[in-house]
Amino acid sequence: MNDERRLSAPGHLLGDESVSSAGIQTSVLPDEPLAEFALAHGLRPSAARPPVLAYIKQLWRRWNFIVAFATARNIAMYTEARLGQLWQVLTPLLNAGVYFLIFGLLLKINRGVPDYLGFLVTGVFVFNFTQRAFISSSNVITDSLPLIRALQFPRASLPLAYVMIEFQQMLLSMAVLAVILLSPLCHEPITWYWLLAIPALMLQTAFNVGVGLFVARIGSQVNDFSQLLPFLLRTWLYVSGVLYSIATLQIRTDRWVVALLEINPAALYITLMRNALMLSQRQSAPGTKPYNARLCAEWNTKAAKYLYDSAYCHYYANPDHFWYYGIGWAAFALVVGFFFFWRAEVKYGRG
Amino acid sequence: MAVAEPMVVADDLHIVYRVYGAGGDRGTAATVLLRILGRKTRASIREVHAIRGVSFVAYRGDCVGVIGRNGSGKSTLLRAVAGLLPPEQGNVYTTGEASLLGVNAALLEDLTGERNVILGCLAMGMTKQEAKDKYPSIVDFSGVGDFIDLPMKTYSSGMGSRLRFAIAAAKTQEVLLVDEALATGDAEFRVKSHARIEELRDQAGTVFLVAHNLAEIEQTCNRVIWMERGQIAMQGEDVISIVDRYIEASGGAPVLRDPVTRERLGGRETAKT
Repeated sequence: MNDERRLSAPGHLLGDESVSSAGIQTSVLPDEPLAEFALAHGLRPSAARPPVLAYIKQLWRRWNFIVAFATARNIAMYTEARLGQLWQVLTPLLNAGVYFLIFGLLLKINRGVPDYLGFLVTGVFVFNFTQRAFISSSNVITDSLPLIRALQFPRASLPLAYVMIEFQQMLLSMAVLAVILLSPLCHEPITWYWLLAIPALMLQTAFNVGVGLFVARIGSQVNDFSQLLPFLLRTWLYVSGVLYSIATLQIRTDRWVVALLEINPAALYITLMRNALMLSQRQSAPGTKPYNARLCAEWNTKAAKYLYDSAYCHYYANPDHFWYYGIGWAAFALVVGFFFFWRAEVKYGRG
Repeated sequence: MAVAEPMVVADDLHIVYRVYGAGGDRGTAATVLLRILGRKTRASIREVHAIRGVSFVAYRGDCVGVIGRNGSGKSTLLRAVAGLLPPEQGNVYTTGEASLLGVNAALLEDLTGERNVILGCLAMGMTKQEAKDKYPSIVDFSGVGDFIDLPMKTYSSGMGSRLRFAIAAAKTQEVLLVDEALATGDAEFRVKSHARIEELRDQAGTVFLVAHNLAEIEQTCNRVIWMERGQIAMQGEDVISIVDRYIEASGGAPVLRDPVTRERLGGRETAKT
């Protein structure tokens, strides 16, 4: 024990690489190699990544935390605003209001789509869900740095909680959407098909979770990502048929391009939702009626006049397979996103 | 010593921080473009080698004081033990989840103290019911009183760190890491937190305490690690001698201690070895 006093002033040690073997600590450290000593006593590396299954189990045990965190953030988001939680409903209403003003009252265009207002609002709300999940997840690690540095918990809880916040928001948007679709503005009837909105929303949520995990890691490691994100998302918005029907591209673009655009996840989940909620969409989807060259050509040239005749055109991506694509995208995003996020588990909060 | 059960083992631990946007580069658009065109690596990434080869073993029931100047790597060491910083080389081994209490480790500033308490408990892996049960005692312990319904950003630094201490100390952790959390509290809180640390030690845990208040280290700890520029200058169970050396190296005069304290501290050391 007295040996320790041999080296007193810190200056003696500086620059000396082999401090631990300098002999002063023989009384403090065991003789055997430390790593073996630690493992022999059942200790584990503190910053080790747990195996996948153990990680999922840990995440599952933090379910309450995820829910509480989502709720708390949701509340905190609006605490500064005078109208508070009311904004959760007002935001989608105002969103829809803007589109009604411009496309319903001012422009009166339909771009070859029957019930264009309903088509547009559904598209915007569904796309918004994925878009917001994307943006908020990309900042989740930097936002929660204090929490990450204070407590140890599976980090995937954080992007999950953020997607849950967006999901809660989406449920309110869906309620607003239902009111708009049933209103005289859209004249959509309520049918059993509406039940399909539930699996469509579930699949989209699963997809968003996967994507959220994926971008959460990218956002935490590439600081330039948040600058790039708005451009990526705007491109995605424009290729996903939110503002127009992808089917109207057929005369200008190759068939396979149209088909690819149709099965891109954003367009797919929007289509699934539109088909579930809107009779006009189910009736006018290409491929719904037997092919009729004359009627299809008429729709292509004078779309504004023969809105429902798009049904007589060929389909591009087979609409019967849309649900399978939807499941596929959700599963793919979940698996890839989860693994990608999990691989860097110990790196979050560093630096 | 051979029978004592190790709780934390650091084996030749190295921690490197990477800092983006640190000086060197003026960061104008032109310099960035030139750098990219010249395929040079980003000059503005600076590596800070905060911990450079640290090894120690802490046993069950130990209270380890970590002393050293500002920037010597004390806080980084605790974060590494907590598993919050991955090592560059070497490793830290612990028995399980460690919880870190720091003055700067804020929780969610926008949220009320109440929500922070519940969230903190849930994040540490408690169930909803456990969190609810612990809630009154945490609030009571923190002594923030009516402020509990206000967002944490409205708290004074002392109140904030008291609440954080109360949250992290609510769960009996096997390894508790305290980073200056007690320094900001008032006298009453210090007595309380001191008692809580003793209690955690008695519940067969290990406590690490970073403090600039050397008297506190002497009173609480049975071991001390003296960090100097990311390395261990001295470590051992002879707390008083090491603290004296540290004071001497910092240019201060040795402290005169009353014989009772000296005997108490000395007694603990001999009992252990």
